[in-house]
Amino acid sequence: MTTLKHTMTPTAVIEITADVVAEHGLSADEYKMVLEIMGRVPNLTELGIFSVMWSEHCSYKSSKKWLKTLPTEAPWVICGPGENAGIVDIGDGQAAVFKMESHNHPSYIEPYQGAATGVGGIMRDVFTMGARPIANLNALRFGQPGFEKTRHLVDGVVAGIGGYGNCMGVPTVGGETTFHSSYDGNILVNAMTVGLANTDSIFYSTAAGIGNPVIYVGSKTGRDGIHGATMASTEFDEGTEAKRPTVQVGDPFTEKLLLEACLELMGTDAIVAIQDMGAAGLTSSSFEMAGKGGVGIEIKLDQVPQRETGMTPYEIMLSESQERMLMVLHKGAEDEARKIFEKWELDFAVIGHLTETGRMVLTVDGETVADLPIDPLSEASPEYDRPWVETPLPATLDAANVAPDIDPMQALAKLMASPDLCSKRWIWEQYDHLVMGHTLERPGGDAAVVRIPGHNKALAVTSDCTPRYCQAHPKTGGAQAVAETWRNLTAVGAKPLAITDCMNFGNPERPEIMGQFVGAIEGMREACLALDYPVVSGNVSLYNETKGTGVQPTPTIGGVGIISDIAHTTNLALKTDGDCLIVIGDTKGHLGASLYAREIAGIEDADAGAPPPVDLAIERQNGDFVRGLIENGEISACHDISDGGLLVAMADMALAGNRGIEIEAPDNLPQHATLFGEDQGRYIVTCSPHFAAQLISKAGNANIPAKHVGIVAGKALKLSEDCAISLATLRDAFENWLPDFMSPDD
Amino acid sequence: MKAGVIVFPGSNREMDMVDALTQSMGTAPELIWHRETELPDLDLIVLPGGFSYGDYLRSGAMAARSPVMKEVIHKANDGVAVLGVCNGFQMLTEAGLLPGALMRNRSLKFICRDVYLKVDGENRTFSGKYNNGQVIRIPVAHHDGNYFADDETLDRLEGEGHVAYRYCDADGETSDRINPNGSARHIAGVYNQRGNVLGMMPHPEDHVEALQGCTDGRGLFDGLVEALS
Repeated sequence: MTTLKHTMTPTAVIEITADVVAEHGLSADEYKMVLEIMGRVPNLTELGIFSVMWSEHCSYKSSKKWLKTLPTEAPWVICGPGENAGIVDIGDGQAAVFKMESHNHPSYIEPYQGAATGVGGIMRDVFTMGARPIANLNALRFGQPGFEKTRHLVDGVVAGIGGYGNCMGVPTVGGETTFHSSYDGNILVNAMTVGLANTDSIFYSTAAGIGNPVIYVGSKTGRDGIHGATMASTEFDEGTEAKRPTVQVGDPFTEKLLLEACLELMGTDAIVAIQDMGAAGLTSSSFEMAGKGGVGIEIKLDQVPQRETGMTPYEIMLSESQERMLMVLHKGAEDEARKIFEKWELDFAVIGHLTETGRMVLTVDGETVADLPIDPLSEASPEYDRPWVETPLPATLDAANVAPDIDPMQALAKLMASPDLCSKRWIWEQYDHLVMGHTLERPGGDAAVVRIPGHNKALAVTSDCTPRYCQAHPKTGGAQAVAETWRNLTAVGAKPLAITDCMNFGNPERPEIMGQFVGAIEGMREACLALDYPVVSGNVSLYNETKGTGVQPTPTIGGVGIISDIAHTTNLALKTDGDCLIVIGDTKGHLGASLYAREIAGIEDADAGAPPPVDLAIERQNGDFVRGLIENGEISACHDISDGGLLVAMADMALAGNRGIEIEAPDNLPQHATLFGEDQGRYIVTCSPHFAAQLISKAGNANIPAKHVGIVAGKALKLSEDCAISLATLRDAFENWLPDFMSPDD
Repeated sequence: MKAGVIVFPGSNREMDMVDALTQSMGTAPELIWHRETELPDLDLIVLPGGFSYGDYLRSGAMAARSPVMKEVIHKANDGVAVLGVCNGFQMLTEAGLLPGALMRNRSLKFICRDVYLKVDGENRTFSGKYNNGQVIRIPVAHHDGNYFADDETLDRLEGEGHVAYRYCDADGETSDRINPNGSARHIAGVYNQRGNVLGMMPHPEDHVEALQGCTDGRGLFDGLVEALS
């Protein structure tokens, strides 16, 4: 066995000491495995490759045992987890390709670029598979509004998301934004992209064909983002600011060119396999492609387009410069491909070829600088069964113990102006949500709806999670997050197809955090099974902690559904005075872990009790019933009841349609429990007064609770003569909080 | 009517424009790559929205120096109708085909929302389907839409009837509060002196079908087809 030069700079040689190993985030046991696999001491480049490949971010070492338990199959699933994105069949030879990914740590350190490159990365994952991105969403969690950095982070993250997505010309159509102190030092930025592909033109990352050329396209490689994946796999501390150089800088213009060039090339037969260079850059893309194909790969690092001179093999392999792709082409197709990339003024370089050795060999000017076995490295990547403790289900909170002395309409105004519920217009007006011309439902509704060009059908897309439920009981919270996306898709008349998940948790080495993860997965699994709604892609972000305090467990779920006929869809806006409002689903007045408890009664965390139970059979039954009503054109508006309960849902509908409601609340429960309870599986629908009785009896025949709760009338929400609030007052409360918070001096 | 839509690196609303024109024309316009140095025989040249060259210099400045633009300028001077929307409007000012400049929005933020526009003045090529003073609802989606020109130029534009659209409220009233981006005299679009070149920030191409929530943009394209066929 020859010993390779330990190359750090062309001249210096770094000795691999215990400290160097530790700096690379490898444990002593892991390093022992490195030595076994290599049969010698690795050089620094090789150690760096192990370090990123075995990082939590790339290897899923703490989570994969549990991720494997999620259901991933359905007749309409074309490609489940494991590729760049998940794929579902949407008929007519077309497929929806989608995934959600986190960019949490970089966005906290450098909000604009962190968020921008998160958006860029997820779009690349989708167009790598041959899909044109047609919709972006993002789920954002910030610290409490009073925290010193929150405003700066909101401003930067929103500008970054807009800056990238707007330039790409992909509409940002939905998402969610909430605030909580647990995110003070560790915000969450989860970005989702949905793309459209033809089922006969989908591209995968499995390299094949010994001797086939390996091609590098896109931006040049620079010294940015080195060890980003490793940074994303550790907690934050006082030294975090010093990690700013590990954040990449985005160039959406180059990515737009890369998108067009890749899609143009995909129209030819040139490509064997393609993979974007995301986390861990050239290392992870080349390993994944060769590993999946069971082939070896030889790369001439001197052929890699470089932005700076004197870059070492270590830097080239670990750079996370953005807007780059790795491809394997059919031999002989290089010239055809080169022409397309030259047209789009992008770098194109043949940097190597596939071999039959099963090894990755890196050379510089003919000299080997790294030589590693591919399979043992990927296969031996550590998998941990970390100790975990279950979060017990808290006792149910009695509504009588959540009874502040407040008029319901005052409470409503306060809720509508609370940071979590208030209008996010200030955010989504900074996103181009109309480009491409196919946005049928704009941000602000239950789910965004994007038409499929040239067809009479549309995709509905949404992202949801209720972290306070997940905190109280992760299993219930996990199930609820899945169910809420399913409900939101249903509320616009879509048939829910599949989800992507973005699992944001704290340090998995702490058993209670690991227990949150395990619980959330268990709840998600049950919901996916019950709703026939598999997971097709996802991402795990652990170590979302600062100084030992973890974020609220946040399994963000992105849901995609199909509306097969756009004539049969609806939205939440009230349309006609005199229409009846009917609640579908049972109202039990569950106030535990509710927004009312937190925002109005000041009861939260451990005191707030159990989250509302999620009965998945009822969820499905109620949802299928509502979808049927929409498909039959029997209702004029629909909205799911979620955060804030019945009265907040009514307020949303009233504001969207600029029409008031004369409310007839059921009085079998304490009033505040009826109005603000967050019982699951419920919708408000509206229909003409002539149809109301029929709708209620139709529901009764199906054993589904349906109750008349009001009539569309006037310009106020009115419970009684002395308990009402005008739409104007409500709208001010709803619309003003965020702009006022962001521009306190105006 | 024969129409061509020029595609620059970074254009991103060219297909919105193609879709809108196709609906009014019945056939699709031609897409023309920015490297072309000769243009086919066209009745309408469109510079679409987007972020040409990333807008990394001033918006539209690089595109205004693309090979095809020499020919666009030449055709415009010959009287061919030219429509520039959003980034296209920025290119037209950078190319000197229209007076003024588009600066960063007053809020310094990107803005995407529906706005009301008052159709101001009559132009036989572009506004045949709108009445003078008509209020239409059209979305904006831009970061640099704050129209600026010196007072003398603005006086001349107004005096000669070359202001095409102004931002207003649903009742047609203009005010600083309603003006979305700080544009001088609430100007959203202008014609050149000859009246054959229109630049506008809002996107009529995204409001041509009922499914999009509004069809007020359709009149521009139907009017063009009628005037140029």
